Amino acid sequence: MSDVVLRLENAGRAYPGTPPVESLRGVDLTVRAGELVAVAGPSGSGKTTLLNLAAGLDRPTSGTIRLAGQAIDGLSDRRLSGLRAYALGVVFQQFFLMDHRSAVDNVADGLLYRAVPANERRRAAADALDRVGLAHRAGHPAGRLSGGERQRVAIARALVGRPALILADEPTGNLDSAGGAQILTLLRDLHADGVTLIVITHDATVAAACPRRVDLHDGRIVADTGRPT
Amino acid sequence: MISRVRAADLLPLAVLSMRGRPLRAALSTLGIAIGIAAIVGVLGITRSSQADLLARIDRLGTNLLTVADGHSVGGEEVPLPEHAATGIARTGGVRRVTATAGLARVAVFRTDRIPAYRTGGIDVRATDPSLLGTLDGQVATGVFLNEATSRYPVVVLGHDAATQLGIDRVDAGTRVWLGGHWFTVAGVLQPFELAPEIDRAALIGRPVAAEYFGFDGHPTRLYVRTDTARTALVAGMLARAANPAEPSSVLVSRPSDALASRLLVADSVTALLLGLGAIALLVGGVGIANVMVISVLERRTEIGLRRALGAARRHIAVQFLSESLLLSLLGGAAGAALGAVATYAVATSRGWETLVPMTGVWAGLTAAFVIGTAAGLYPALRAARLNPTDALRTS
Repeated sequence: MSDVVLRLENAGRAYPGTPPVESLRGVDLTVRAGELVAVAGPSGSGKTTLLNLAAGLDRPTSGTIRLAGQAIDGLSDRRLSGLRAYALGVVFQQFFLMDHRSAVDNVADGLLYRAVPANERRRAAADALDRVGLAHRAGHPAGRLSGGERQRVAIARALVGRPALILADEPTGNLDSAGGAQILTLLRDLHADGVTLIVITHDATVAAACPRRVDLHDGRIVADTGRPT
Repeated sequence: MISRVRAADLLPLAVLSMRGRPLRAALSTLGIAIGIAAIVGVLGITRSSQADLLARIDRLGTNLLTVADGHSVGGEEVPLPEHAATGIARTGGVRRVTATAGLARVAVFRTDRIPAYRTGGIDVRATDPSLLGTLDGQVATGVFLNEATSRYPVVVLGHDAATQLGIDRVDAGTRVWLGGHWFTVAGVLQPFELAPEIDRAALIGRPVAAEYFGFDGHPTRLYVRTDTARTALVAGMLARAANPAEPSSVLVSRPSDALASRLLVADSVTALLLGLGAIALLVGGVGIANVMVISVLERRTEIGLRRALGAARRHIAVQFLSESLLLSLLGGAAGAALGAVATYAVATSRGWETLVPMTGVWAGLTAAFVIGTAAGLYPALRAARLNPTDALRTS
């Protein structure tokens, strides 16, 4: 089906050891275009492993993962990286911005690995900042922005290339409740505009605010409000 | 859909990291800068000095030969024959010849009040008016001997001798006490680089030497100008021409050889200093490699983020490699500039023409490029091998 953005089929990720540690096992998950999915679960439930697999930062040790229609198993490093550059945007709990660079330059880096010329990158970055309501802060060094603003810059960076899927790892985890609420509103607004989002969270409020919720426990999906029955 | 970076973005990426840590970048380029500065400076200063030496040799001429008396196989002193100059003048390829004779027991003083033992190391030499032309010399003040003054108590002082005697100008009343007689000083000579013994001499005419001091006419040293192209050939014939009876006792030498040998000495010193410069370069390269390895450890998060943004392993490697290259080339450029400035400063202070060898500059920059690549290779590969999930987790 053409509108499937992410599909995990019986996906598992085991780490070597005696016995091997299975962070994720037998996960089946399909995310379609336009969905806003919360992946919730306690610490150690496999949320981050799921994010790493869905973001193409890691490969499964069993099962298959298709991202934007492509199976990632056999992809070369360059093609998998291309998939991350073109089809994915990732938002991290710690923002991961370069503090001494301006907000617009941080956002423009979202297009660096698509070989987009610098002036076009900056133009698209300015648009993305406008979209997250930070046009007035475009020239400010990222290090001088508030936590909420920094996370918006990070969201703008994930958004700038209009990827098929945005993955957000605990996007409100480093923010106070007011800042967290603003980010949650922004994510919902983006979803309303048709952006596909997966939010990894252990925050029940965030999970409850998403139309679909997937619960992980001990590396398995124990509940999925969007699973066809 | 493959991950790509524009070549135009590589330099800004490398600069970005340096701007984040400018002091570290400056310090890490220092080793390379010192190495390249040493190489360019050593080559530049050597070239400038050699060019000056060559110009001096050229100016002084390589066609001057000296013939001096020596010793027989038995160790006895063998004076040159009285007519040695005539024999030499007849030799093919000889353009000019002038005889001089040291007057061993004659000393010169500023006045007759100075004790006899304070000779000041000044020799008194009898010679002909042709000496100035043969040596291609110049008179600093006054005039040289001529046929007339050679017969009278008139003296011309070499440069050092005049300084020793405290005579810096010559007028009608300037006299010196020479061998127990007052001699009028006619002139003072400019220094002779190829005949320093003339600098330390008081020169009088052969006739007056014979008349006052009983000079027997045997020369002790002859100066010979030859056709430049035939100098070596003529040198081989002079001993026999000067003293056919005992040619082995005659010493023939080419004063310009002493200057030329300084070129060879300079070459060996240059090689040594270049070696030291190369070691500094190597140490500089190790310094950059060290800084790059630390940089990889410190920037794990950035590496993880870039991978998440779509960077392939090769892009991370290229980014770190270009940073290392940039550091190295900046150090190289700074070093080349420093070397050129040092060359200019030394050359100017010594009065040489400044010669900055472009081959040295290019060799230095090429070395910086090679060292930058070598120093950056391991850290770049290490950064590229970093697993993005591990890199992001460490934060």
